[in-house]
Amino acid sequence: MPAAIEIRDVHKRFGDLQALSGIDLEVPRGEFFGLLGPNGAGKTTLISVLAGLVRADRGSAHVMGHDVRSDYRAARRSLGVVPQELVFDPFFTVRETLDIQSGYFGMRDNRAWIDEVMHNLDLSSKADVNMRALSGGMKRRVLVAQALVHKPPVIILDEPTAGVDVELRQALWRFIRRLNRDGHTIVLTTHYLEEAEALCARIAMLKQGRVVALDSTPNLLKRVHHLLLRLRLAGELPEELRAFEHGGAEDAHILRLKTYDDVEQALASIRRAGSRIEEMELVQPDLEDAFVDVMRRS
Amino acid sequence: MSGFATLFHKEVLRFWKVGTQTIGAPVLTAVLFLFIFGHVMEGRVRMYDSVPYTAFLVPGLVMMAVLQNAFANTSSSLIQSKITGNIIFVLLPPLSYGEFFAAYVLAAVVRGMVVGAAVMLVTLPFVDVEFRHPLWIIAFASCGSAVLGALGMMAGIWAEKIDQVAAFQNFLVMPLTFLSGVFYSIHSLPAFWQGLSHFNPFFYMIDGFRYGFFGVSDVHPLRSLAVVGVFLAVVSGLTLVVLRSGYKLRH
Repeated sequence: MPAAIEIRDVHKRFGDLQALSGIDLEVPRGEFFGLLGPNGAGKTTLISVLAGLVRADRGSAHVMGHDVRSDYRAARRSLGVVPQELVFDPFFTVRETLDIQSGYFGMRDNRAWIDEVMHNLDLSSKADVNMRALSGGMKRRVLVAQALVHKPPVIILDEPTAGVDVELRQALWRFIRRLNRDGHTIVLTTHYLEEAEALCARIAMLKQGRVVALDSTPNLLKRVHHLLLRLRLAGELPEELRAFEHGGAEDAHILRLKTYDDVEQALASIRRAGSRIEEMELVQPDLEDAFVDVMRRS
Repeated sequence: MSGFATLFHKEVLRFWKVGTQTIGAPVLTAVLFLFIFGHVMEGRVRMYDSVPYTAFLVPGLVMMAVLQNAFANTSSSLIQSKITGNIIFVLLPPLSYGEFFAAYVLAAVVRGMVVGAAVMLVTLPFVDVEFRHPLWIIAFASCGSAVLGALGMMAGIWAEKIDQVAAFQNFLVMPLTFLSGVFYSIHSLPAFWQGLSHFNPFFYMIDGFRYGFFGVSDVHPLRSLAVVGVFLAVVSGLTLVVLRSGYKLRH
């Protein structure tokens, strides 16, 4: 059974800018996959190659086993894309927008599904409102609904929660998680790393058009070989610990340590120096640390 | 509905929803032309020896409205979609470039026909016009609007700003329609300009269209239809090649 997404050696250049330089990526069916990277890393270009909006200079891309160039009809039918830009057609209402989008995919009698999508995204009360009259958050919901009208097995969300309030973010993730449980493959790009950490089973990190890390989320977190120990002391920080200092304020110190043994030794040396710990916190690495780490090393 | 039918339907809805601007305004312009030119010229000249000037003018104005509005429909729809970014909604679905072309051009033909029919209807109470050969009228109106619809697509795809589309309209479409014999018969022109008019494809559209009304024309309607047909084939072929290449749409 072919993978949901298969990208082989994809290159793309725009003038002087090498946007993608040899991307290889495979996303199995049913996975919740994260695509992370700084601005300009090539995430949107890669998504555009899958969606047929950008044509790769070299390499191939398949969606559910369908080549995005030679078998574009089947590939596009299998794919729903929520674009990053907040775009809309000012001529139509929400329902018209969704009916039209559904029609483009040749869907007949799609009313029940459109109603369900609208209900899940809390759009039902806005069905007959013109797109122009909607708030930014509501327009974003319509964009998500548009990507889902044809029930695509693969759904790509390009920074869907940028500038979106907490309520929508939670409603959106509830719905997307349900779609994922129902077997839809989800690919997510986001700048909110905690979001990716909470949702994605596997993550690829992109930098300057290359995949610089590709692993399960727990494995990526394991790659961060440090712990942060935050301390407030009554007394001075012992001299031998100064070398581990990693920022901090006047009376607070943050120590960057490798292992729990290091933590024990640090505490012992504080006791020896006669200082007293007033407050202490051990911070576990999160995806943001992993991200910064990977980006720095690559 | 199929993807093609939906796109066609959406393109028709798009202009229908803003009918004051897309149908009302061009009708008003055509009527103003008719009243002003009719007032100044009426009684001074007879066209083809027997046709009063205002009656001669009406088919010209109708065809001008048909052509300009067919062009405006595709070009403005595409440039607006490109600028606002909602062009993505028609690029993501599994539509072939042929369906894409046919849907846009067919909607342009409908817009041209609707505006043309409206201009005709509004002028009917004031001017006595014959309809000798209705099939020729329909043939030239549909072929002419298809040509302009395809040209509008090219302009809309090529342009990156609205003023580039406006330039296409003002420096190409407008002069070619005005100089094609909307307001005069080319037989009234000096030999040089008469000869030059034969290189203007819009001339054949209007001349053939007018034949449908009066049964008289500067050029035989079959020859005009052949010229318009070839022009349509060339413009459509070029537009299809451009669409297939993904030029300025799929990067």
